[in-house]
Parts: sequence; C-alpha cells; structure tokens
Amino acid sequence: MKLKNNIAISETGFVFDPNSGDSYSLNSIGKEILELIKSGKSKSDISFHILNTYDADEFTFERNYDDFIDMLKHHKLLENE
Amino acid sequence: MTKLRYERPIISKINAGVPDKFGMKTSVETLNQIDTVPVKDILEQYGSPVFVVSEPTIRKTYEEATSAFTSRYPKVQFAWSYKTNYIDAVCRVFKKLGSWAEVVSGFEYQKALNNGVPGNEIIFNGPDKSDEDLKLAIQNLSLIHIDHFDELYTILKLAETSYKRPKVAIRVNMNTGIYPQWDRFGFNYENGEAWQALNRLMYSEKVDVVGLHTHIGTYITTPNAYAVAISKLAELATSLKKKFNHAIQYIDIGGGFASKNTLKGAYLPGKDTCPTFDAYADAITGALMSANFAPNELPTLIIESGRALIDDAGYLLGTVLANKRLADGRRSTILDIGVNNLFTSFWYEHEVLPVETTTQQTEDTTLYGPLCMNIDVVRAAVQFPLLQKGDQVAIRRVGAYNMTQWMQFITFRPNVIMIDEEHNTHIIRKAETNATFEAQEVIPDYLKS
Ligand SMILES: Cc1ncc(COP(=O)(O)O)c(C=O)c1O
Repeated sequence: MKLKNNIAISETGFVFDPNSGDSYSLNSIGKEILELIKSGKSKSDISFHILNTYDADEFTFERNYDDFIDMLKHHKLLENE
Repeated sequence: MTKLRYERPIISKINAGVPDKFGMKTSVETLNQIDTVPVKDILEQYGSPVFVVSEPTIRKTYEEATSAFTSRYPKVQFAWSYKTNYIDAVCRVFKKLGSWAEVVSGFEYQKALNNGVPGNEIIFNGPDKSDEDLKLAIQNLSLIHIDHFDELYTILKLAETSYKRPKVAIRVNMNTGIYPQWDRFGFNYENGEAWQALNRLMYSEKVDVVGLHTHIGTYITTPNAYAVAISKLAELATSLKKKFNHAIQYIDIGGGFASKNTLKGAYLPGKDTCPTFDAYADAITGALMSANFAPNELPTLIIESGRALIDDAGYLLGTVLANKRLADGRRSTILDIGVNNLFTSFWYEHEVLPVETTTQQTEDTTLYGPLCMNIDVVRAAVQFPLLQKGDQVAIRRVGAYNMTQWMQFITFRPNVIMIDEEHNTHIIRKAETNATFEAQEVIPDYLKS
C-alpha cells in the first residue's frame, strides 16, 4: 500500500492531488491514518496504533480501514501495486 | 490512560463551493428523545423498527389549527380524516378533542362507530359506498357526500323505503388554479354538473340537502386556491337559496393543507415553505365572509384536514443494519426501515436523524431499506453522519398515511406506540407475527401433510 508520492496532506486535513488537480477533506482520524500510510506503515502497525489510541474494537476498525483504503483507490490516490 | 473517542476515517472530494445534490453541509442534528422519553428506551422495550405517535403533539397541532379558524369564523367543525391515520387510539384522541369523523369506506365507517362517534357526526365520502353502507348511514343520520350520479340515484331509491330522510351533500370538483385538478371525484362545477345534481336532489323532495363539499387536492401550498373553492361553493349555495329558498347548513372545504415535510425535488425544505394554519384560515374564512350569506344563515365551516394535523406527531425509529460502498464509491447505509413501512418516502425527502452521534462528520450517503427490491430507497442522496451497524435512527413527520398505506411485504408491520400526556408509553397496534398470517391463510386439505 503506497500513497502516490506527490500527494500533499495539509495540517488541517486537506489533501491535494497534483495529478488530477482534485482536493479532498479528511476527518482527523483519516488524516492520522493517511499520514501513517505515507510514512510507510503497514496495516497491522496502523491498526495497533489506532486500537491503542482510540476506543474502537478490532473488527469495526478493520471494516472501516478497508473501506477507507477502497476510497483512496477510488480517488486514485494510491500507487498501482 | 483513557482512549480517545473513535470515529470512522473518511476522505471526501471537495467540489469547490457547489452544493451538490446531497445538499450543503450542516451540523449534525440528533433526535434522542420524544416528549422526554428516551428513544433508546423505546427501541429497547418495543423493538426495532417502531412507530411512535405523540399525543401531546397531536393536541398542540390541533389547538393551533382550530384556533386559527375559530378566531376568524363563528361556526367551525373539524372532522378527522380516517384514511390519514385510522389507528383507533389516534381516532379517539381526535374525538376527545371535538373532531367528527370523515370516512370513505364501510370499513372506516364501522371504525368510527366503534370509536363512539355518533352517526350524525360521521361524514361519509368517497366513490365506494355499498347499498348496505348507505342504508346504515341513512339510518344513523350520517352526512352522505354523494360522489356520482349512480350513487345519487341509489340514494333516491333507498329513500323511498326508508323511514328516515337521508342527509346528503354533493362533492364538487372545480378549477381552483391547482394542478392536477382532481376532477375524478364528485360533480364538476364549471360544466354545470354540480348544479344539475343539486336540482335533481331538490326536486326529489326525498332527501335533505344539508351541505356542499369539495376536496381540491393534497399538499396545497397556495391558500388562495381555497378562497376560489369557497367562492364557487358559495355561488351554488346562493343559487339554492334563490331558486328553492333553501339554506344549506355547512360548507365542507375538505383537507389538503401541506405538512412540514419536504416534497421530492423541492428546492427549499418544507418547514420553510409550508403555509401556516393562519394563512389557510385567512383565505378560507375571508372568502366565506365576503360571500352572500345572510348573517343568520352562515354555514358551518367543516375542515377535513389530515396530514397537517398528524404528520408532526408521528416518528419512525429504527436501526442501521449495515454500511456498504456502491460500485461508484458512494456510501450506502441499510436501515431496518424500508418503503414497506415508510410509504411516504415515495413523495417526501424524509428527515432521517441519528439518535446519538459522536461526530459532526457527514458523508454523501444513500439510505436503503431492508427489502430485496431496488425501489426500497428511503433517501437517494443525503449528507449523513458516520453511523455504524447497530446505531439507531429516528425519522420525523411520518404520522400521516404511513400507518394506513404501509405494505406487508417480506416482513411484519412493527409495533405502534403512543406517548400520552403524562409521557407514559402504550402499544396501540401490536407488531404482526407469523400467527397473524396463519390466522388469515387457509391451506386446502390436499396440501396438508
Ligand atoms: C375527501 C378527503 N378529505 C380529506 C382528506 C385529507 O387530506 P389531507 O391529508 O391532504 O389533508 C382526503 C385525502 O385524500 C380526502 O380525500
């Protein structure tokens, strides 16, 4: 899982994709996860971190994480693997 | 260390400044209690989904509606439109408040009698009255509103053998500037049919022509249409007075006042565009006052308002079954509430609110019901907060037409409860079960075993 390397994430949770010119907004947990992905963390690292920080259960988070990744793919923000 | 409150991660595309079909973002409103009763407790006690009827809201709305009219006109009578919501407990609240009953079938007529409405306070409308229905209505001195000539002649025939004189009115349809014109009910004003029907009745000398009735349509947002209707009915009344020296006792203007729900495709929310009761009352009573009635022969004004009196008092509570992504990336949320229970979602963009939310984040969402049917859509496009499976939702303004037009399809109809003035809850219609169906169905012997 790799974010396209020229994608910019702002302090306030906005994302700009210079390839398409599109902008996106993230909620704060979305921003946190996107930054972890950008820094090369794996799904299990991210899950470990989130479950330690937030009061979520593992299954709910896994469902939501996969959905989030699907949306990143949908918006073409990930490198093709 | 206490953990932070979790919310689903989301990313959404920004369409600079353009409000899309999902509407502008607003802060997330919740609905966690009805008349001080926690929604969570209602769902726990009565199951999900469940309809809730608020008696305090019925009373408040009724008071608003009646005072708008009685403060402007001396003789006003409301008649509860049974088809709008004929659960007996609801009808009895209206009866307690002083309403008569307006019914359109033998089934509804019997319901009104069983609810203790005196025969002479039942208005019998509609094209479908059997000879048996008519005999009973004549016997009870109910107000029979004739819909067509076949019915008119049936009544004249029944009158020959009846000890009691039928009390009748005719339903009149007309052009009031409202489209579509409901010309399939009653006798037309413009082409002279209504006047012809009145003549036929008057010359028969077998019936008492007590009133004139119209119902110009539903969800009418232009009060002036009612003023047009009143002036046309008043014309007929004046002609009866002139030709037969006969004064009618009432003018029944029907229903049709809009509720605060938003119609599909409407640009602005219904709560901003719905005329007030005062606006309708102003138009209607103004037209009555300026008609040519002698002061001692002012007709009673009868109002058969349905949706405007009950929509706000009804809620439908339910639960999120699942979240899904559609193929085009749109989010969809499946509720245990579908078009089987929420029939009015075919007309309205219902307000669906979370019971609780830990987030102000919303996402473009399609809300589906649980049925295996493509048209089972509660909201095609709405900014909806990020709910998870098991989270609860409340839908506002569902009091009109849902608890009568609901479909028994795929699953049962749910419990309906009422919250009384003291905020106690009561089941007023029990959820269906398999036994409900077993009681109705008959298996031929050769298919048994
Ligand atoms: C004869 C008659 N009266 C009253 C009503 C109630 O109408 P509404 O709910 O629009 O007020 C109806 C509804 O169709 C009707 O047909």
